[in-house]
Amino acid sequence: MDINSEESEKSKGKRTTQHQGQRETMRQFKYLILGLFPFIFSLASSPLYAAPKIEHWLTDNGARVYFVPAPDLPMIDIQITFDAGSARDEAKKGIAHLTNSLLDEGAGKLNADQIAEQFENLGAEFGTGSYRDMSIMTLRSLTDPALLTPALKLFALTVNQPTFPVESFERNQKQTIIAIQSQLQSPRSMINKAFFKALYGDHPYSAPSLGFEESVTALTREDVIKHYQHYYVAKNAVVAIVGDVNRSAAEAIATQITQGLEAGQAAPTIAPPAALEKGIVINIEHPSTQTHISIGQLGVTRDDPDLFALHVGNHILGGSGLVSRISEEIREKRGLAYSAYSFFSPMRVAGPFMMGLQTRNDQSSDAIEVMFATLKAFIENGATTAELEAAKRNITGGFPLRIASNSKILGFLGNIGFYNLPLDYLDSYNARINAVTLEQIKEAFKRRVHPNKMVTVTVGATPPAVKAATGFE
Amino acid sequence: MLRKSLVALCASVISITAWASENPAVHEYMLDNGLKVIVKEDHRAPVVISQVWYKVGSSYEHNGITGVSHVLEHMMFKGTEKHAPGEFSRIISENGGSENAFTGRDYTAYFQQLEKSRLEVSFEMEADRMRNLKLLDEEFAKEVQVVMEERRLRTEDNPKSLTYEQFASTAFVSNPYGNPVIGWMNDLENMNNDDLRKWYEMWYSPNNATLVVVGDVDAEAVYQLAKKYYGVHQRGTVATIKPRIEAPQKGEKRLLVKAPAELPYLMMGYKVPTLTSEGSWEPYALEVLAAVLDGGKGARFEKLLVREKQIAANIGTSYSMAGLHDDLLSFSGTPAQGQTIETLEFAIREQVQRLHHELASEEELARVKAQVVATDVYQRDSIYYQAMQIGILETVGLSWTMLDSYVERIRAITPEQIQTVAKKYLIDDNLTVATLIPQPIDKTTAKRRMSGGAGHGH
Repeated sequence: MDINSEESEKSKGKRTTQHQGQRETMRQFKYLILGLFPFIFSLASSPLYAAPKIEHWLTDNGARVYFVPAPDLPMIDIQITFDAGSARDEAKKGIAHLTNSLLDEGAGKLNADQIAEQFENLGAEFGTGSYRDMSIMTLRSLTDPALLTPALKLFALTVNQPTFPVESFERNQKQTIIAIQSQLQSPRSMINKAFFKALYGDHPYSAPSLGFEESVTALTREDVIKHYQHYYVAKNAVVAIVGDVNRSAAEAIATQITQGLEAGQAAPTIAPPAALEKGIVINIEHPSTQTHISIGQLGVTRDDPDLFALHVGNHILGGSGLVSRISEEIREKRGLAYSAYSFFSPMRVAGPFMMGLQTRNDQSSDAIEVMFATLKAFIENGATTAELEAAKRNITGGFPLRIASNSKILGFLGNIGFYNLPLDYLDSYNARINAVTLEQIKEAFKRRVHPNKMVTVTVGATPPAVKAATGFE
Repeated sequence: MLRKSLVALCASVISITAWASENPAVHEYMLDNGLKVIVKEDHRAPVVISQVWYKVGSSYEHNGITGVSHVLEHMMFKGTEKHAPGEFSRIISENGGSENAFTGRDYTAYFQQLEKSRLEVSFEMEADRMRNLKLLDEEFAKEVQVVMEERRLRTEDNPKSLTYEQFASTAFVSNPYGNPVIGWMNDLENMNNDDLRKWYEMWYSPNNATLVVVGDVDAEAVYQLAKKYYGVHQRGTVATIKPRIEAPQKGEKRLLVKAPAELPYLMMGYKVPTLTSEGSWEPYALEVLAAVLDGGKGARFEKLLVREKQIAANIGTSYSMAGLHDDLLSFSGTPAQGQTIETLEFAIREQVQRLHHELASEEELARVKAQVVATDVYQRDSIYYQAMQIGILETVGLSWTMLDSYVERIRAITPEQIQTVAKKYLIDDNLTVATLIPQPIDKTTAKRRMSGGAGHGH
């Protein structure tokens, strides 16, 4: 998935997470590190365990379907992914997200109350989500026909016949504005917004998925209907199914939930973003006790030839939690931060490469310096043989964990479909990880990662003396 | 139910939601040294999770050492006689595993998820640090700084977390749930390595722990492996603590929290029992009550307060029946555009009053129960979640066997019982109300300083 998934929190319905940090606290910020970590990168096959066999077909109207049977539990997970994320917003910033959030607010002859009550009466779970590349709809249900049949009917209605009632449109528009305002009290949201803006400039990835207060205020119900009609079409859709059904049942389900869609067209390709020509520093003042720091540049696409070398290299640099170099230097050696990491987020066109941490305001200059020094040493000298072996063992040895549940399998079916990865992507993954050499990592980092052309964003009470610490000094 | 999504981060907030009867068997063993071993076989995938749960957490702490359980949890990765600092994580990583640890109010737990043949790697190191932790001064000095950063990240710079912290510490007078899990900043600043040594000696022994293993394993083989690694330890002397039952509240409490923020925020909490103090049906009725109000988009809060009346932009409900101490059933929310904290509080109170005066409908209860039955199956998609449920129940002094009866007990709850607990507990004299009053965030626009122009680069 895209990074910055908090942008779409609102559309997934409310959650009582407000004070989770108070009730339980963990040694690593897993949801931050792993939540941001591009999912497909954690897939690795191992000689011991074969990847699940993926079945693939097209519906009559052109939706691409990916299916894995999972007969152990009497349940099913379905995800429809549309190439309809905020990268498609054009001038109407926030339209993709708002449209996606309205899909269960009215459908066919049913209103929002009836849809919610009917799903819940069946014990079914409906969900939506909207990110930069994609907008998704999900259904989880038991496979008892008395429950599944009506749940599918209802789900199909929300996909095929949403009505976007005026009162729902107006309410969700207001709620979106409140969600945008609440981001101004979150340094993490603020820095994400500023980072993408600085890195992507005029590119469609620049704007946050929620949009801006002014742009959302200007949206109309007609804009929503237009967005839906244009992008929620069969040829722009990927259906992923994992659960206790056979192939013919899965075919019937895929047909049922997409047959009301126009065939339409796949969304056009997105122009690649332009790389920064020089380093940029942006300091945003915020009355927080910590300074949040994000440093980065453009990264990779899903089909980038350097993907594997950069992924394994980043795993060593800052992608493997507490054992990575960045975590070692920032946290383990110096105690500067609770969470320090780097990642490549591969997207349809170049997603970001980012390094990040948060530290007490008066330590921010030191932390930035250590971050750049760690990156530069890695580019200059590459990884060690021992590091490479350890990284390969972690990635490939962890393969069984990554396919150990229906929901995990569903996640990568969605990505394989959306990004048109080959069906044997998982089967060959292990071999491709193991084929990466020290030289390839060093060469790829040298050629692709440029510390002197990075954007450095800070959010905190006192701006760091960044000039002395940036990578281009 | 909406609260289940929190499990990974926030187990104490979630209800124990359950198992169906065809659930695979759970095997329970006791080592001679008092370590309880619980194994649940789940053969869906060739993976295993191992968790060690210690009966210690922030509710065991007292003023002056708040946060010590959590700092100790961090230090558990900082070396034993056998393994250097950081080696634990490196070895698990090289075995393709993922690992973490978490501290709650009533527990501290450590876990590793691995391909099934690697379970022994986890046992060897986890058993080692159960008794042989080194607690080096130089490592403590760094790690307590990391924890302070964690506190800044989670609490100091998060207006809602700050509000919750003040709210809990106001609601509870003598019940230790008033202390923050991560500890007060002043206590962290004054913590020393001796505090940790004492704490480790007091609580880290096999007879104060439960080992939970779920996955593609043979229970008997796991038991033998546990004997081999954990069985070498002697039984320890475990400290006892006083009950610290909450002093009776004598009227509604209200507080204001001022912090830099954009939006106001409301928290309301009623003191309610948990399964520890009230073993009968009442906690189950409170659980169903919470779901009637807020168990999904079709429940009362979303339907009436968010959609129909548009008083709340968002609203949440929290109740956890598995706790060592009595707890709060709490509501929190942000007013919708054009609404205020006052109108939101009034609307929530109206819904509470309605529970006093009017029975929940059969349709509402049927909906809650349908969700519980389905969730019971969905949860089995995750071995992590299955192990969490067992571990929490055992560690708060209940039993994993309660999972077997959970669905039935929820289904048995009647509208009258919901009304009874509403009238008994959801009353003003049991209530604490906190309001976040946003203080201005400096609106200085982003200072975009272009540096590194011509002449600087090379």
